[in-house]
Amino acid sequence: MFLLLRLLPGDLAIAKLGIDATPESIVQLQQEFGLDRPIITQFFSWFGHALRGDMGVSMLTGVDIADEIINKAKVTLPLIAFASVLALSFAIPLGMYAALHFRRWDGISTSVVSQLGIAVPTFWVGVILVTIFAVIFQIFPSGGFPDVGWSAWASCLKSLTLPAITLALGQGAMLMRFARSATIDVIQQDYFRTARATGLTRGQALRIHGVRNALIPVVSVLGMQIATLIVGAIIVESVFALPGIGQMLLQDVGINDYTKVQGTVAATTAAVFFVSFLIDVTLNALNPKTRQRQ
Amino acid sequence: MKRNRTLFLGVSLVSFSVVMALLSIFWTPYDPLEINPDSSLAKPSWSHLLGADVLGRDVLSNILVGSRTTLITAFLAVMITMVLGVIAGISASVSPRWFKSPAIYGIDIVLALPTVLFAIVLAAIYGPSTLTAVVAIGIATAAAVAQVTRREVNVILTSDFVIAAYASGSGKGRIIRRHILPNIRASLFIQASGASALAILAESTLSYLGLGTTPPAPSWGRMMASSQQYLLIDPIVALWPGFAIVITVLGFNLLGDGLREALDPTLRSSKL
Repeated sequence: MFLLLRLLPGDLAIAKLGIDATPESIVQLQQEFGLDRPIITQFFSWFGHALRGDMGVSMLTGVDIADEIINKAKVTLPLIAFASVLALSFAIPLGMYAALHFRRWDGISTSVVSQLGIAVPTFWVGVILVTIFAVIFQIFPSGGFPDVGWSAWASCLKSLTLPAITLALGQGAMLMRFARSATIDVIQQDYFRTARATGLTRGQALRIHGVRNALIPVVSVLGMQIATLIVGAIIVESVFALPGIGQMLLQDVGINDYTKVQGTVAATTAAVFFVSFLIDVTLNALNPKTRQRQ
Repeated sequence: MKRNRTLFLGVSLVSFSVVMALLSIFWTPYDPLEINPDSSLAKPSWSHLLGADVLGRDVLSNILVGSRTTLITAFLAVMITMVLGVIAGISASVSPRWFKSPAIYGIDIVLALPTVLFAIVLAAIYGPSTLTAVVAIGIATAAAVAQVTRREVNVILTSDFVIAAYASGSGKGRIIRRHILPNIRASLFIQASGASALAILAESTLSYLGLGTTPPAPSWGRMMASSQQYLLIDPIVALWPGFAIVITVLGFNLLGDGLREALDPTLRSSKL
């Protein structure tokens, strides 16, 4: 990615100085930012600093990139967390319900839901939700985020509600599919049949023995989907004009601020790895088998 | 066809989109770019079947021409996907060991790379255009094809007829041409169909974000973005491009599922 961004046609120094650039000022600026060094030196210098949390400053606007990212993450991270909680909270019960009644449900409802969940673009869901809840009923704002930030937490939550639902619907449709197949798996296990034989109803047996086992594949899918969630957040932020990382990224692309794009994409990728790690830890806690092995 | 409703539905929806796109080459109700202040935000009526946007441009004409943009972009992206994916998949499976694991790692890395993020990086470098969208979508989805292809080729490589071909002195190139490619052909059609659905979604998302097709060429994603600005006045205009996207993506997904049902008998009774 670093290489890709460095192969940029056109010179950054010229982009910054505009048409007034003189050959001397270009050379001076190149020296100032170290652009005259070999690409490999530039990369290691950037990478070394990035590891210490120093992303440098934007070559175009001079703002500190790490500060900017942390600042914008205050919108994006709550959005993703909110959406994941929502997605899990409707996908697991619905998926289990569909599994328990899978003879009646099979083929029709679940496949309709999952097919639509894949086919409907996130931004369209967002626009429809805005139309219903912001334009017609005027319950939630159609977009934007309070300038004062999280000190006005109630209105912050309110402006994150529609975006989170938008993000959760797409994710949830897929999670539901996995929750359903995982539950069907559990129901066909011997231990479940034994539990039923002791006189428990299907619901009771599922609550006591099934939920935990069915959760494992669902949580691991959520972990794999974290990259999709982040991309979804970029789209949703754009639909709802939320000042998050995604919006910033799109604006930076628009003004060719590629040091910042590079920093942001790198930080996002690092976040994806970190979250997958966290999910692995959670899975260990959920699954007694892997816990004992340690 | 009669028994396979999924395939039938998929083929119908896809043919509908393709016919609409072909139709738009010869005829649209209006010039899609013609600005007409008199019919600004006109409601759906006989003169404008789906209404008109804020500049008075006919929505139906724009959807028709937009389908052409979307389908062509998706088609080109899928060509890249299939060629790259099949080459990467086969070479990751038949090549010597020193090449094998780097190739598999490479596929895994690209697989982890979200299409939109990749497109953002490409757009940051080369500027947003249909071409960057095509390349980004093509490369990002190729990894999935490569992975499936690699798995299938690995199975085929252990089969008796391949071993027999080796024993009778066939070279790698001949085995790939005579034995591997014909055996993965069915799977490639299924994957191409799925990849088309992904490509259409990605194309419309990118042009919605302003990273794809550039104005004035009509595209579904950009229609959504521009109609969103006057959602408060006229929410209906924003619905149409969304419907168009859903119908086309659903069509390609069902086509893929239907083909799978038709071509792979072991999957017919599967529960998922």
